Parts: sequence; C-alpha cells; structure tokens
Amino acid sequence: MQVYLPIAEMSVNALLVLVMGGLVGFLSGMFGVGGGFLMTPLLIFIGVPPAIAVGTQANQLVAASVSGVLAHWRRNNVDVKMGVVMLAGGFVGTAIGVWIFGLLQRMGQIDFAITVSYVFFLGTIGAMMLVESSRAMLRRRAPSGGRGKLHRHSWLHGLPLKMRFQRSKLYISALLPAGIGLVGGMLVAIMGIGGGFILVPAMIYILNMPTGLVAGTSLFQIIFTTAVATLLQAASNQTVDVMLAFLLLVGGVVGAQFGTRTGTRLRGEHARLMLSLLVVGVALMLAWGLVVRPDDLFSITSGVS
Amino acid sequence: MRLPGTRLPGKAMIVRAAAGLAGLAAGVTLAANVWGQQLVADLSSHLVAINTGFTGTDVVLFGSTDGQGDVAIVVTGPRGSVTVRRKDRVAGIWLNTQSVRFEQVPAYYAVATSRPLDQVVDRPMLERHQIGLPHLQLDPGRVLPAEDLAAFRAALIRNKQREGLYGITLGQVAFLGERLFRTNIYFPANVPTGMYTVEAMLIRDGEVVTAQTTPLVVSKVGFSAEIYEIARHEPVAYGVAAVIGAIAAGWLAGAIFRRI
Repeated sequence: MQVYLPIAEMSVNALLVLVMGGLVGFLSGMFGVGGGFLMTPLLIFIGVPPAIAVGTQANQLVAASVSGVLAHWRRNNVDVKMGVVMLAGGFVGTAIGVWIFGLLQRMGQIDFAITVSYVFFLGTIGAMMLVESSRAMLRRRAPSGGRGKLHRHSWLHGLPLKMRFQRSKLYISALLPAGIGLVGGMLVAIMGIGGGFILVPAMIYILNMPTGLVAGTSLFQIIFTTAVATLLQAASNQTVDVMLAFLLLVGGVVGAQFGTRTGTRLRGEHARLMLSLLVVGVALMLAWGLVVRPDDLFSITSGVS
Repeated sequence: MRLPGTRLPGKAMIVRAAAGLAGLAAGVTLAANVWGQQLVADLSSHLVAINTGFTGTDVVLFGSTDGQGDVAIVVTGPRGSVTVRRKDRVAGIWLNTQSVRFEQVPAYYAVATSRPLDQVVDRPMLERHQIGLPHLQLDPGRVLPAEDLAAFRAALIRNKQREGLYGITLGQVAFLGERLFRTNIYFPANVPTGMYTVEAMLIRDGEVVTAQTTPLVVSKVGFSAEIYEIARHEPVAYGVAAVIGAIAAGWLAGAIFRRI
C-alpha cells in the first residue's frame, strides 16, 4: 500500500515503513537505545531526503521512548534523579549542537560532517563495547580470577558538586551525568539521533550505574531531548513529516514492547555484544560509503543552498 | 510552494474533468468548426491532485490540427534554482568539492512529438522553442569553462531523469487519422507542486507555425494538503502537536501492551 508523505513530497510503501519501524523499535526496546542511528540511514536509503529523515526521526523517537520508558517504569528501572541531572546538560548540549549544525551548514559540508561523525562515534563506541563485552563473556566462561574491586577510583571521582543517587546507589559529582547529557544533546541536534548508543555505554562505564537501570534512565532522558529537537526542527526547518513519523511510531512502539520483554531475559554482556556488533556494522557500512567511488559523482539539490 | 489560487474545490475539479472528456468527443467537430485556428489542444484534467494515496498519474492531452503537419508537446514545471555538486577524491574520501548553481531550471520537463524531430526541424528551431532535452536552456549563474558547463549540465539532466522528473525518452504523439492527435503525460509520485505549462506546437515545413499554451496545476489536496499547510504556516504549533501526538501514541501503546 502506497502512502504519500506530504512533507517529504514522495510516496512510500506503508508496509515497508511499518516493518522498518517495528524492527528498529524491537532493537531499541531490547538495548535501551533510541535506534535513530539505524533508522536515519535506513530512511535515507529508501529515498527520504536526509534533512526530513533526521527531523522526522526525532519525532518518532519521542513516542518510542515514552512507550519504552513505561515498561521500564513499571519494573522500577528508572533513576529519575539521574535522568533530570543528565537532562540539564542535555538541553545545553542541544543548543550548542544547533549552533554547530548551522555553522557546518554555512560551510557547505553538512552531509559529510554528519557521515563522518556517525562513523567516528559509532566506530569508537562500538569497538569499545565489542572488546569489553567479549572480555566479559570470556571471563564468565572461565571463572578463575578473584573478584575485582567494586569501583575503580579515578580523577573523575575527585570532581566537585557531589550528589547522592539513591536509586543507583552512587555518590558521584553531578558534573558527570550532566556532561554525558551534554554530549548526548549535541548528538541529537547534529546527527538526529536520541544518543542512546553513546549514553548507555557512558552510563555503564563512566558512571558505573547498575546495568538494569541504564536502559530506562537513558530512555527517560531521550524523551525530553528528542521532544526539544522535534520542536526546533519543525519550527526552523519544517523537516518533520508527521505522516512518516506516524507510520514509524506505529511500527516502533509495537516493536519496542516486544524488545523490552526480550531485553529483560537477555544477559547484560550478551545484549552489549549484540548491540556493539550492530553499531560497528553500521559504522563500517557508512565508512564504506565514504571511500567507495559513488555511482554518480554529481548530485543535485533544488531550491536554496 | 503553493501559488495563490491554485487550490480548486473538488466540485470544480469534477466539472473540469467532465469538460475535458466531453472535449475529446467534440474534438472532430471542434476542428471542423474553428477554421481560424490551426491547432487546438486541451488536457483531460487541468489539475493533478496529490492526495494521501497518490502514486503518480497520467494526464491525457488531445487536440486537432487543420491539416497535415507534425505536433510537438512540451510540458514544463515551475522554475527554480538547482545546485549541482561534484564529488572528488580527497585523501581517499569522496567529498563535494565543486558546485554550480543553475537558475530558472524547470522542476519537470517532458517532450512528446509525432515524429523524431531532428528529421523534420533544424537545430536552431528546436533550440528557440526548447524542444527536447539537448535544447533545454540551462543557465549557470557564472561563467564556466565549456567542458565543465557541459559536464554539470549533463549531470543535472541525468539526476533529474533518475528522479523521474525529466523524460528519458521522447514521448509519442499519436495521430488518429490525419487531424486528431493525443498523447499521455505521466507525472510520478514525487512530482513537485506548482504551475505547469503545457505547450502544443504545430510544425510545418520545418517551422513552428502555431503554438498553444495550456496551464496545468499540480497541487496537494485533502489531508496531505492540510498537513503541508499547517507545517508551512504554523510551524511551532505543528511541532507542539507532533510532540504531543507522539507522547500520546507512546503512552497508548504502553497502556495497551500492559494488558496483553
């Protein structure tokens, strides 16, 4: 069934978009990431203009995160205090990101900058997670070594503004979660993603949060940053296609529910290994696109810029 | 962009479509009656309505001539600027390096003729009337070396053809008998909205003896038009509604799945 998208000004197969939304939603529910880093390249692949893919994606992520958070909320897997502190940094980061986006746009290399940042962030984070999770799995198979220290102390723990996060059983500087939120917020604005794939590992490895709380808390935070991003995109660029967002979110919310259920049955390091393989795969695919000779060296853009 | 007055109410649309079909039947008598005119042409519809289920559509152009001759039809979409960018390999990565901005480029361009025109008409004539892609006028804003201009021009046409907005082959104008002719003009799902012009030309002895221009409107209608309008004119309200809608949908889905 073909449906015409009024803002993207093209017609798409509704079933295809629903299935895409469902698959990405499933993964996002399972791993606690928004799935934007998968959906944006997929949408561009089926012919949606990149700017509209990014803007619409933000809108769809609002719905996916709300439904995802509900499931985690009922299991009491959301650290609201941590989420709010991260959010404070997230809003600042979104503002900085919008400014950087405008700067790159004026320099005329925004597409390239987006792809490079995808390759860089996905590649680095994915590789780190891949190494860590495979090590964790090997350790589990060979339980020989004694139990390590509960927390590794570094300079990060010497930062001021210490706060107690009861739910996560942490006593850390508020600057840490706020800083992570800031980076996440910048990514929302520049790459059009929720930033879950950055937030989740950062919360696990930098904050040392209990793994069970990470997915719910990052989704909680993503609701608000994506909502702000949707508003900014709609108001300044008119790149939010609600028809496309609706199709994606119908598939997405259904998929996310099943994903969350599967995720709770999955062991932490298994989930991390699968997510890291996925992230590295997308990064390699995008990197390939940068180095391989394009079919047509020329491209066209209608209208301004 | 929507032009003022392009939004035809549904009723007027039906009336026009009906008038078009009636016109087809009346074509023969029309040609006989209107001796003063050498060429008469009309469209089966003057509105291409883009609704939610739009997947592209055909518009039939029909008409008659007052005798022998060739007919050329040129359909031109709304004009605007198009930037063509070229990628080059920089340190192993393909980057946009050069760009040329063409002004007044038609968003859509299709040509149909009754015979391959190169056989009947001279180049200058085709160029003057911009019949056929090789003769379409495309002006870059600045002076360029000839080979660069040719490459960028070819790239613009090639990309437009890939999008389905420029005809890849010359369309066929079919004659029914000696005077009546018709042709189909196809508009794909991604057709840009705006005012189109459909130019019908009668060619005799290598000269365009007469031409008739018919307007055609491509416009969004119904639900997709409403969404487009709100997004354009009330962007903030649109954004707020999009966010609220998404929250509600997410909440609803969560609530439904709780029971299952």
